Amino acid sequence: MYDLLIAPFAEFGFLRRALVGCMALSVSAPVLGVFLVLRRMSLTADVLAHGALPGVALGFLLAGLSAPALWAGGLVAGLLVAVGAGALSRATGGREDATLAALYLLALGAGVAMISMGGGGAVDLSHILFGSVLGVDDAALLLMAGVATLTLAVLAFAWRPLVLECFDPSFAAAAGARGGLWHMVFQALVVVNVLSAFQALGTLMAVGLMMLPAIAARHWAREVSGMAYAAVGIALASSLSGLLVSYHADVPTGPAIVLMAGFAWAVSVLAGPVDGLLPRLLRRRHLAG
Amino acid sequence: MSADRSPAGIRLENLTLTHGRHPAVHHVSGRFAPGSLTAVVGPNGAGKTTLLRALAGLHKPESGRIMHEGTARIALLPQLAALDRGFPIACLDVVMQGLWPRLGAFRGVPAEERRRSEQALEAVGLGGFGKRPVGSLSAGQTQRLLFARLLVQDADILLLDEPFNAVDAKTSADLLRLVRDWHGEGRTVIAVLHDLDLVARDFPETLLIARDAIAWGPTVQALSATNRLKARMMAEAWVEEAEHCHRAA
Repeated sequence: MYDLLIAPFAEFGFLRRALVGCMALSVSAPVLGVFLVLRRMSLTADVLAHGALPGVALGFLLAGLSAPALWAGGLVAGLLVAVGAGALSRATGGREDATLAALYLLALGAGVAMISMGGGGAVDLSHILFGSVLGVDDAALLLMAGVATLTLAVLAFAWRPLVLECFDPSFAAAAGARGGLWHMVFQALVVVNVLSAFQALGTLMAVGLMMLPAIAARHWAREVSGMAYAAVGIALASSLSGLLVSYHADVPTGPAIVLMAGFAWAVSVLAGPVDGLLPRLLRRRHLAG
Repeated sequence: MSADRSPAGIRLENLTLTHGRHPAVHHVSGRFAPGSLTAVVGPNGAGKTTLLRALAGLHKPESGRIMHEGTARIALLPQLAALDRGFPIACLDVVMQGLWPRLGAFRGVPAEERRRSEQALEAVGLGGFGKRPVGSLSAGQTQRLLFARLLVQDADILLLDEPFNAVDAKTSADLLRLVRDWHGEGRTVIAVLHDLDLVARDFPETLLIARDAIAWGPTVQALSATNRLKARMMAEAWVEEAEHCHRAA
């Protein structure tokens, strides 16, 4: 048991760092995920993450696997895709989701091509796309912890306006809650959280820890705050178990953590007390009133 | 809730509101007097909701002006359909949203305000519903809940967009009683309505609108047969290739 669960972290510093980084990510990203789900924006984070790849690739070509370069490149590219899609669809009258899909496919293709052409081998490509525990160096760790701290602090202030804006946008606007402003702050938080996940989870899997626990959380609570707690709990468990699987089975960290979160989602759909499939099958007698 | 409130009227000066370039409200002038109870009626697409949103400050006038007499707190009851009714939030939390203007994003809810919110739930007939999720309520119960939020908000001007739609007779009678109470307390109430019998019975003032204001004044005169016919004809005359409007802005 000790060998299975504790020893890997006790022995290897890089695994400990990855664990701390993923834990930090797990307390902030899933909370944002809950709001993304509630705003029917589940795919937005995905698009941001994929769209960031060419920037990450450029950073890789110029500076190798160094956190600040990858991060700066990803930030610029991700924002360009997000803002560009909005502007382009407004200018041409197209639908925004279609424009987003077009742009992120293009970005994904360009990113992979750039890494390959720039002499990055299959190993580098795999690290960037799917993450690597080795990627979580001190700089990345500080970044992940900083992002988590910032996110929680901002969310504490933005909580009421965000809930108000999701539930009843007209009322929020009429009451002067400045929902639009908070929405922009919220989107900025999503971008930095996706980017802080790059190192450990890879660009393809970065949103996994944000969205899967949030989607699963719906089956555990009936209120936003409860859903946020559930999502964080699921994310923490997925991070820990995912890193262990990654270590023992020699799988990249991104897919391992995402698979664990996916498993938690499947369990939630089946057995979750709110709208779960099993509780529905085990029908209890209806109440008297 | 204080009995003597500051006069809170709204004056419209040649107001035009547009969606794109098509007018939704066209050169309307007039006044909602302080403490008045006004029904806004007219066919679908007549600009009623747009007018209400503009009064709440959510839609910028294309030309003309909306002038508030005195500093008034304004509350808006949006159409039920504009609400995300599946949102995971408890009823009492919705009611306490009405405290936003006083508490903002971060201040805690004082015990007294919480009690007031619970009383508001009871006043609309939802006592004991505080912890229930909004998604479990029927349309009528949700409308009662939003009225409780209005009670807590304690505004001087209340803008109600189709408050009695999709609710049963009992609910609409209960809610109407609240509207009458607000009127009695000297608040200014402006409600978009479709039920003309209800308007004739309970609303002293009426604005009949079909993009242009057809009539605005005491309900009996505003809802005369001639005016109603005029409103219907205005609404049906949608001009695809409309010319520029040459009336002075």
